[in-house]
Amino acid sequence: MIRQLLHPFSSAAPVLSVDGLTRTYAGAERPAVQNVSFALDRGECLGLVGESGCGKSTLARCLMRIEDADRGSILLGGQDIARLNGRRLRPHRRKIQIVFQNPTAALNPKLRIADSLIDPYQQLGQGAKLTHFAYTSRDAYIRRLLEAVELPAELAGRYPHELSGGQRQRVTIARAIGIEPDVVVLDEPTASLDVISQGAVLDLLDGLRTSLGLSYLFISHDLAAVHRMSQRVMVMRGGEIVDRFSANDLFAEKRHPYTKELISIF
Amino acid sequence: MMPKSAALRLSGASKSNKHGWQAILAALFVLLVLAASAYTFLYLKHDPTLTDLRGRLQGSSALHPFGTDHLGRDVLTRLLLGGGQTIGYSLLALGAALVIGIPLGLIAGYRRGWVDRLFMRIADGFLAFPDTIVAIVLSGLLGAGIGNLVLAIVLVKWVSYARLVRSTVLSESQKDYIRIARTNGLSDARIMTKHLLPHIAGHVLVLASLDIGKIILLISSLSYIGLGAQPPTPEWGAMLNDSRPYFQSRPELMVYPGLAIVSVVLIANMLGDYLRDRFDVKKEVQP
Repeated sequence: MIRQLLHPFSSAAPVLSVDGLTRTYAGAERPAVQNVSFALDRGECLGLVGESGCGKSTLARCLMRIEDADRGSILLGGQDIARLNGRRLRPHRRKIQIVFQNPTAALNPKLRIADSLIDPYQQLGQGAKLTHFAYTSRDAYIRRLLEAVELPAELAGRYPHELSGGQRQRVTIARAIGIEPDVVVLDEPTASLDVISQGAVLDLLDGLRTSLGLSYLFISHDLAAVHRMSQRVMVMRGGEIVDRFSANDLFAEKRHPYTKELISIF
Repeated sequence: MMPKSAALRLSGASKSNKHGWQAILAALFVLLVLAASAYTFLYLKHDPTLTDLRGRLQGSSALHPFGTDHLGRDVLTRLLLGGGQTIGYSLLALGAALVIGIPLGLIAGYRRGWVDRLFMRIADGFLAFPDTIVAIVLSGLLGAGIGNLVLAIVLVKWVSYARLVRSTVLSESQKDYIRIARTNGLSDARIMTKHLLPHIAGHVLVLASLDIGKIILLISSLSYIGLGAQPPTPEWGAMLNDSRPYFQSRPELMVYPGLAIVSVVLIANMLGDYLRDRFDVKKEVQP
């Protein structure tokens, strides 16, 4: 019922379905994320727009179980992971991955690229049936991953500081997709890149979504990027979803006043 | 205006070039001392503890290049073997402090919470006592001897390594790559060994190389007052003390071990400075 209300277009079960998610920080007057509900279909890119501090990243961290939500459920492939911990959460970790805003912070500066890339597979991917990145040998696997994000194989032996910002973000994308998750949370993946790299990374992400059948929750303050990438868009303000619409209806008259405000800024 | 990180890197690079020769020299010297000690030990021409009262306090000769001491023992042999003793025990004390300090710092910094608070209180307790006091008290309780001296040094020194490691881990474990490692199911132990340990290696190496000079001095000075190496073990501090009564007639007996201590400590400090310049500079490029 909820699913139909939230997303009336599709009949298949959503890969990710969030209901009533609320997160309040200790000492804060109001929740950082308040009663957020949405469903994400397989192969879909759902945009989430809002200005800095509106709770977008808190939502992402709750979905990744980096932070615990106070209330609400996170159904990932039909299983509520909001209350799971430790060994019971572990099998579900493979289904959801994240790409952070700042690739410099997201890569260990002391590890070679290959050593960073292999982590998810070593921990979560073994035993999983990988169709695109089938593991034959470590070298071959790393090479396939770098190939998928259009990076030369010789970068495997380099350190993050030897790569450009755009290359580093491609590496973190490769790490996120290497175990073929159902959902990738993209938390402002292009915010720290220059304009040319931004476009290239967005194109890459869009191509990977189609070829690997990934679903994205694309979080950004950049309405133009969200509009370009997403089929549906949610607008967040003060921890709440204030507007949601199909990307084609962005400029429709019935948009929420705050959405119109965001459009006018761009 | 140069960006701060670039300026840092540039100054770091020029400094490390300037100190490069010192580091090589230092490493060579340490190797030389160790090799000489090993050589003397293996091909002993003289027994370093064999007394010969008829040949005491001799000047330099072909048989005894540095002469003999008040008991007729060969000074060069004792000096070289003493180097092995002093440096060897210093390295032992340092190694033990690292073995205790690094894991405790890692766990305290990574776990935070009550583990960290408990650790910090214990560390504060140990820091309250200066190393010389601990050494003297421990010698009083357990008896004088190089083993107890090493124990005292370990008891004092592990704290600074644990605190250094803790502070590095505290800042690193807030970064996104640790968050990602957690969401990727890496165990705490694996995160500490794979992701955090490489960050502390440089810092620990710098502190250790700066510390080794201090430890050598501490062992020598406490041996000098009789709390460290016991006679007839050749040790530089003890040799200084042995030759004190003959300062008027044979001053070189004090000059040899004194010079040896000074040069090894100097070299150790130079090495430490070089490593500090080499590692203190952040390699990470800001976006």
